[in-house]
Amino acid sequence: MTKPTTASGHKGLQLEQALIFEQDTQGTTAGDLPPIPEYADKLGEFGSDEPLGLPGLSEPEVVRHYTRLSQKNYSIDSGFYPLGSCTMKHNPRLNEKMARLPGFADVHPFQPISTVQGALELIDSCAHWLTELTGMAAVAMSPAAGAHGELCGLMCIKSAHDAAGSTRSVVLVPDSAHGTNPATAALCGYAVEAIPANSEGRVDTEALKSRLGPDIAAVMITNPNTCGLFERECIDIAEAVHAAGAYFYMDGANFNAIVGRLRIGDLGVDAMHINLHKTFSTPHGGGGPGAGPTVLSKALAPFAPVPMVVRGAEGYDAEEHAGFGTAKNSYGRMKGYHGQFGVFVRALAYMMSMGADGLKQASGDAVLNANYLLARLSEEMSPAFPGPCMHEAVFDDRFLKGTGVTTLDISKALIDEGFHPPTMYFPLVVHGALLMEPTETESKAALDQFIESMLHVARKAKAGGAAAEFQAAPQLAPRRRLDETGAARKPVLRWKPSGDETSTRQAAE
Amino acid sequence: MRYLPLTDANRKDMLTAIGAKSVDELFRDLPKDALASAKFDLPDTQSEMEVERTLGAMAAKNLNCGQAPSFLGAGNYRHHTPAALDYIIQRGEFLTAYTPYQPEISQGTLQAIYEFQTQVALITGMEVANASMYDGATACAEAVAMACRVTKRSKAVMSGKVHPHYADVTATSMKFLNIDVERLAPDPFNVEDMIGRIGPDIACVVVQTPGFFGHLANFSALANACHAEGTLLVVCVTDPVSLGALMPPGRMGADIVVAEGQSLAGPMSFGGPGVGLFATREKFIRQMPGRLAGETTDEDGRRGWVLTLSTREQHIRREKATSNICTNSGLIALAFSVHMTLLGEAGFKRLAKLNHAMATILARKLDALPGVRVLSNSFFNEFTVELPKAAGDVVERLAERGILGGIPVSRFYPTYPELQDLLLVTATETNTTEDIDALIAALKEVLS
Amino acid sequence: MSQIRFSKDHEWISVADGVGTVGITQYAQNQLGDIVFVEVPEAGKEIKAGGEIAVVESVKAASEVYAPVSGTITEGNAALIEAPETVNTDPQGDGWFFKIKIADTAELNGLMDQAAYDAYVAELDA
Repeated sequence: MTKPTTASGHKGLQLEQALIFEQDTQGTTAGDLPPIPEYADKLGEFGSDEPLGLPGLSEPEVVRHYTRLSQKNYSIDSGFYPLGSCTMKHNPRLNEKMARLPGFADVHPFQPISTVQGALELIDSCAHWLTELTGMAAVAMSPAAGAHGELCGLMCIKSAHDAAGSTRSVVLVPDSAHGTNPATAALCGYAVEAIPANSEGRVDTEALKSRLGPDIAAVMITNPNTCGLFERECIDIAEAVHAAGAYFYMDGANFNAIVGRLRIGDLGVDAMHINLHKTFSTPHGGGGPGAGPTVLSKALAPFAPVPMVVRGAEGYDAEEHAGFGTAKNSYGRMKGYHGQFGVFVRALAYMMSMGADGLKQASGDAVLNANYLLARLSEEMSPAFPGPCMHEAVFDDRFLKGTGVTTLDISKALIDEGFHPPTMYFPLVVHGALLMEPTETESKAALDQFIESMLHVARKAKAGGAAAEFQAAPQLAPRRRLDETGAARKPVLRWKPSGDETSTRQAAE
Repeated sequence: MRYLPLTDANRKDMLTAIGAKSVDELFRDLPKDALASAKFDLPDTQSEMEVERTLGAMAAKNLNCGQAPSFLGAGNYRHHTPAALDYIIQRGEFLTAYTPYQPEISQGTLQAIYEFQTQVALITGMEVANASMYDGATACAEAVAMACRVTKRSKAVMSGKVHPHYADVTATSMKFLNIDVERLAPDPFNVEDMIGRIGPDIACVVVQTPGFFGHLANFSALANACHAEGTLLVVCVTDPVSLGALMPPGRMGADIVVAEGQSLAGPMSFGGPGVGLFATREKFIRQMPGRLAGETTDEDGRRGWVLTLSTREQHIRREKATSNICTNSGLIALAFSVHMTLLGEAGFKRLAKLNHAMATILARKLDALPGVRVLSNSFFNEFTVELPKAAGDVVERLAERGILGGIPVSRFYPTYPELQDLLLVTATETNTTEDIDALIAALKEVLS
Repeated sequence: MSQIRFSKDHEWISVADGVGTVGITQYAQNQLGDIVFVEVPEAGKEIKAGGEIAVVESVKAASEVYAPVSGTITEGNAALIEAPETVNTDPQGDGWFFKIKIADTAELNGLMDQAAYDAYVAELDA
């Protein structure tokens, strides 16, 4: 039986939705504002009443628009999302409820300090949990995301070297690192050199040690690393790095695997960012906002960015300016106001809910779930490294050799199976990688369903003759494969009225 | 523990499947000494009710702006949040999705980003916009870095009317890139000369309208002077509601426009998270930082959207990327876009007009107080007043009376004693005439 | 009669009258996949052998193009800006990147001839 075509383009509950610009009824608005009182205009020559070209929609139309758009998204709320290195765990709704308390949401960053003692206490409490869980001397709360936290750490390191009169110019980053690591080092003016991985997927310690010298400013290591493995020799590495006069930056993207079990301060780490949107359950929001507080060793703490919350005899205060008080040696400011305050509220609600015991259980369950996937899927797939793994399991594409099916095809077939695919082709050191991170918030039943689908897909690929079917996947999603080459060759980055190709360009000249 | 679904029986079965005796065995690669010494001085798990009680008490220690007439701005504005906005951004399909790496099952987020990019381009009068940055201040730093890439120069000039946090964040970032940022002194009296600072070695000049102290400006002449020297003009906007009433920066010849979208994207949340808007000219898109959604078609020829031009980004270009940004501010960008869609052209302009109306009424009443002077002749919803005494003390005494009466300029510029009598005041649509009268009455008492 | 030489970075250079025409090889375009963007140098630019001189991008990869010899650029292939796919369809013909006035023709001796390059590629694929 062939699938029916429809006049609307809808397919049952899969509803097509035009752009807001194509639903425009000029003059319509869903904003219902009180009357404008009489006033004397003070805009003068700077005012403008020219049309901007924004569409007008009513409230029911707007709500339906975004409801339909939302239904074209996969999310953790709707299904298993094993996107490795992104930690897609359940986002508790208590977090949202707390962030919306008027005492947190409806507070301005420049109210008098006496009227925001609760807000400063919240930042301080969140900071206390983070320093206690990491065993570090201090934490810079303001970085806005993981990469921003890396930047904070590297800026502290650069400032410490500058203060010591050292002009070290190179940062060492393993091959397997996230792209943010080398990009961050470059933003601090450092040259980046890669350190190779060994055959076990860990940093080649000897290669690293032999490159240490008076020109090395820092070593950035992700631990657990992007292959889902703990860098066993990290203490040894930290000692060698320090002996060579460099600093040890640990990328904390995978902190969720060890939280509640190990204090990274005991490993000799000088700085590490913590992705609150990974380890501490704040929502990813389709790409942010995150938060990347950065814990610092005693040596780096003096250089931390402003603002800093200060506990005084008469309550909390905030040091808002570099060069003053506790921020005497601060390298400056990297974010407006106090950082991602709303994210701090959510993360603290989560940490308090879990408690020290719950966090330890969470990292245990995350690692257990990943190892369960690794063990069960090894039946048909090729693990890149022998277990045990930490919180994520990585497979390479050896199991697909000779089938004509690629890692990408497998991922798209999983979409038809109703799952979000794992991270593909990362880490770069694993050929055709599929990186799976189940997190601790999945039940065994959910994992078993995924395993059944994954094994089915793998068997089908290996049986041969299915390459064309795989290349046609996904067939059941709201869209089939999209033409990314066309999108990049002739970028169309915004809507324009039809037949009005040049209107915006002229307007901008 | 309510967020962990595994039962002890599950754990046992799974360990058997793995061939391990215990969960601890899976952690065998971790250093034994560090495992043994790890002690955490933290409480154990708590119920929802207990957490709500503790955090509720903490929140209650703050004076929130719904409890007090408030006139605070300086880059963070209290506007009305339509009920539909918060409903939409709490839908799990938006809230609990990640960056749309798999476009076939992320069309909702991608189409929303594309609409957002278009809205930002329309209100700024620019050709293209990206999918957002962390906030206005970091967007400003990214703009300066981009201008240096485009012009292959390494010097920028920052107006004294740019928000001091934007200037601080930019100066901090550029210091590490060896880019020289010349910061002009704070300019509440509107006297600085930007045109005279342009030269063939300047990558960009950074200005703001409405300025930090409230002044409005037309940068057309400045733009022309910049372009004559190959210098780019970066324009910052801290409350994009103003774009509903003012000439768009693109029309004045801006090359890059950055803005803080928080004012239209929901609550102030003590200053974060916000959302950085970033718009520029089409010819610069490959030097632009941040994610971009682009239109394309699928295999069946149906219209769809993908993330595009990714080769600018860190996951491909690594140390040669245009920026290290990865996560941006997706959900807040969505909130901004939803609000713009709810308002539409008519609502957006009406909102801007209402803001301006309330501010003019506030200014007139303040100006009538003895010893109080409004500094700018033209403004949008925020302006600076000169008081007969130190603004910091006045604000404290107003707070004692339950009024959040503005922000002392000295809070931003502690090393400029000559600015200590200046107070930054904002009115938005959330202020009533009763609020304004309450402020005026309280100020009379405090100043007498 | 022109002479074609190859670099280890998969650039080709075809020399006539002291001017080299440079592009990327069939192997290189195949590795990159669908080319979506090309940045070519402007005439007059001086470059040392091994220096980054052009950029080629596919959807998922970006790569620098290096000058196989030292010299001065006489022309960039402007047609590639509008039609980068030419690099895929005709990498060693219309898909050329730039022409360079060679400073020292002796540098050509450090490059591979067709047979040596074919052997080099065969080794990479093995």
